[in-house]
Amino acid sequence: MKERSEFAVVNHSVPRGDGIPKVTGSAVYTSDMVLEHMAWAKVLRSPFARARILSIDVSQAKSRPGVIDVLTGNDLEGLHPYYGHGVKDHPLIAIGQVRFVGEPVAAVIAEDELTAQEALGRIAVEYEEQEAILDVDTALAEGTPRIHDADFADGSFRGFDDFPGAAGNICQAVHVAWGDVDAAFASAAHIAEGEFYFPMVYAYAMEPYVAIADFDAKGHLTVYSSAQHPFMVRHDVAQVFGLPINSVRIIVPYIGGGYGSKSYTKIEPLVAACSWKTGRPVKLQLSVEEAFLTTRGDDARVRIRTAEDAQGHLIARQATVHLNTGAYAENSPMVCRKAANRIVGPYRIPNVKIDCFAVYTNTVPASSYRGLGGAQVTFPGESQIDELAEKSGMDPVQFRLENLAQSGESIHPGMRPIDADIPGDIREAARMLRMDRPLAPGHGRSVCCSASDAGAHPVTLAMVQVYADGAVSVLSGSTEIGQGSHTVLAQIAAEEMGVPLEKVRLIGSDTAVTLFERSTGASRTTTLMGRAVLEACREAISQIKVMAEEVFEAPAEKLTEERGGLRCGGKYLTWAQILEKYFKMEGCSIVGRAYLRKAGDLTLIPVFWEIGVVGVEIALDEETGKIALDSLVTIGDVGFAIHPAMTEGQDIGAATMGLGAGLFEELIYDGQQLMNGSMLEYRVPRFSDLAPNIDMKLVENRDGVGPYGAKGGGEGAVNPISPCIANALYRATGVRMRTLPLTPERVWKALQEKKGAASK
Amino acid sequence: MKISFELNGKPVALEIEHRETLAEVLRGRCRLTGVKISCEAQVCGSCTALVDGLPVSSCTLLAYEIRGKKVTTIEGLADNAGRLHPLQQAFLDNFAFQCGFCTPGMIMAAKALLDENCTATESEIVAHMNGNLCRCTGYLPILKAIRQAATEMRGRN
Repeated sequence: MKERSEFAVVNHSVPRGDGIPKVTGSAVYTSDMVLEHMAWAKVLRSPFARARILSIDVSQAKSRPGVIDVLTGNDLEGLHPYYGHGVKDHPLIAIGQVRFVGEPVAAVIAEDELTAQEALGRIAVEYEEQEAILDVDTALAEGTPRIHDADFADGSFRGFDDFPGAAGNICQAVHVAWGDVDAAFASAAHIAEGEFYFPMVYAYAMEPYVAIADFDAKGHLTVYSSAQHPFMVRHDVAQVFGLPINSVRIIVPYIGGGYGSKSYTKIEPLVAACSWKTGRPVKLQLSVEEAFLTTRGDDARVRIRTAEDAQGHLIARQATVHLNTGAYAENSPMVCRKAANRIVGPYRIPNVKIDCFAVYTNTVPASSYRGLGGAQVTFPGESQIDELAEKSGMDPVQFRLENLAQSGESIHPGMRPIDADIPGDIREAARMLRMDRPLAPGHGRSVCCSASDAGAHPVTLAMVQVYADGAVSVLSGSTEIGQGSHTVLAQIAAEEMGVPLEKVRLIGSDTAVTLFERSTGASRTTTLMGRAVLEACREAISQIKVMAEEVFEAPAEKLTEERGGLRCGGKYLTWAQILEKYFKMEGCSIVGRAYLRKAGDLTLIPVFWEIGVVGVEIALDEETGKIALDSLVTIGDVGFAIHPAMTEGQDIGAATMGLGAGLFEELIYDGQQLMNGSMLEYRVPRFSDLAPNIDMKLVENRDGVGPYGAKGGGEGAVNPISPCIANALYRATGVRMRTLPLTPERVWKALQEKKGAASK
Repeated sequence: MKISFELNGKPVALEIEHRETLAEVLRGRCRLTGVKISCEAQVCGSCTALVDGLPVSSCTLLAYEIRGKKVTTIEGLADNAGRLHPLQQAFLDNFAFQCGFCTPGMIMAAKALLDENCTATESEIVAHMNGNLCRCTGYLPILKAIRQAATEMRGRN
């Protein structure tokens, strides 16, 4: 293995490939695009959480000047209008029934956006309201009607082979078990037990969902979209219209944030149907208020107990998790699977029983949210680790060190052993936070961790083109969503081909041009696409070596690889020179490719364990209950940082997002209505929430299956932040909080209750 | 109605509807799409442009109000030779963006501050920038970038 000092391009914080466009305002996002002859769509949304649609009269809207057409659920003849990669339960527009306030019921397509908006008010919809099923307990109660009364076909759930189908209002159930939990709890020295709640959250990608769909005269469909997973969108859209997949082209320009909320198919089938109906390119740009009504994170109620023996060793964990999945499955079946896996934490626990349920309700559909179930279950899991440490009289850091899995040790039977140094990470975080300093009044510190089975299902295909003028193009189906993948992938190609970074161009994502990549999520891009690009470069080089035998007129064994080319005795030629001499023509290029699949060292799932390790010191204002961060430390156990600055950027970004759900973020329903679905009322972290003291560290043990030993980052730090704050609050006050977010009101009330109890 | 104003140093005369916001005019009629629209409620700052040097939320300012005024957007920041403004360079140097959607508004808001006070303290920067949201970076690299640009701009003055 090459030493770190030997790398010319990777492991260096080179300038971002998308930097100049983004700081000059010239970067084009889908929301900035206008096509020739383009029409605009606007969506009429359901005012009821659960109702039958008796009739829709669009005549008044259709006759407005400038209105081209109106699309409703009555217009879908000939289409397969239900889509969904997990469960095909999602109609592209309501068909006879609405299932949440905000569900699209009709779309007006007009010459301009304002005309479309204005015409929405002229559509008359007659509903028969039904009793809404708004929470998990109601949904699961005996006698409650089914939110979906049909059994839907399974979607093309790649990478998720144990999908059992829905029953009642349970969208997905996942059971994880080993050992004998009953016996273990019976023999336990101490047990921590409680019910926890992680709130309903909104990712707030600053660019709301947007797509432009264009059916051309030959029946080919092109969609420009703010989509994280263009190939999944292609699959869903092709099925809706019964098209071969090469008739559907999904192009992803720059994307204004995602954090999971733009993964899988969102508005694309609806926009495509608008184009299909009108024969025009159609753009649908949602507002942020509409985005609030499109996707959210699953809120979670977790009933959990954890046991230790008299020596302070964890012996059992049992949990029942209920995820409020909303009206459609979206990606919640996967959130359910991941929550069930991730609640175990990075500990060796011999007896485990987890029952996790994703439950339909008449609320906004929930789906992927950064951490994919990890944040929801790390809060209860890490809270109970601190509770047990206290019960056994141990320091919480020491207690973790005693119980954490070592590198190479297995935490889930049958899964990849831990490929990280979590005890080392925890020790380092505790050192950086200087846990031994005395605490000021109202201050508390904690260090927490998580382990997520990350990377999703490894099917990743890549191409590189090597040109006879020395340039290299990387064709990648991974989307550049801000995480910096286009820079990182270019670095890998420059390193492998031995060419300057400026000579490497990134092409993607465009499903007509780039090869298949399952998804851009689960922190997989550096690990999987990075490795595919590396292997594609090596494959291109092996082709050039064969050509070089002819060019040098020498056998392969006389040729030695030297940075950017080959040497044969005293003669050196670059790849470009070899290609030019071989083809005797300028402008040629060759293609190197790599096809990664679940095979070889990618057979074991997960592709890698994504580790989250954070430490915080909080400062509590006891008069108001307001918590502020005094210090934040993060550890990125990433194996090898292709781009150290951007890798640290992922950690601080994820930690800050986690801080939001920990302290302020919560979507609030009052009956059927989402009450705070706008940025006036939904509080996300701001500049003033930044901790004054921040310390970040990357751990590079080269222990991943990615290029040069790399593993993914980006979702680790989001998971352990909220329990870390809750544990620090406990240290400061003795108050144990089991419901997030830790708003001043909630904390103040808990403090008063404790004082009241103490004075009795 | 017809309005005239100065846009990124050049005079502009446009026929607009009374109801149009500055953001709609800049994005739609002038095709300056560096002005981003997100919250549409003066919360996120992604549509920030400068009017006579002061930051405004262009998504909620009616365009007719800028008659006779000087409007600067992110597209007008680099100098005529294409050299980046110190803030743009500092954002690059510090990796102070990821998706980039908030970046034009961030840079314009920071410019308004540093043009007025390039010796701003940390707490003055935080207070000034608190009306600009970023969901990717956790703000730390943006803060570093603004400090770097402030140093650079102090040197030029």
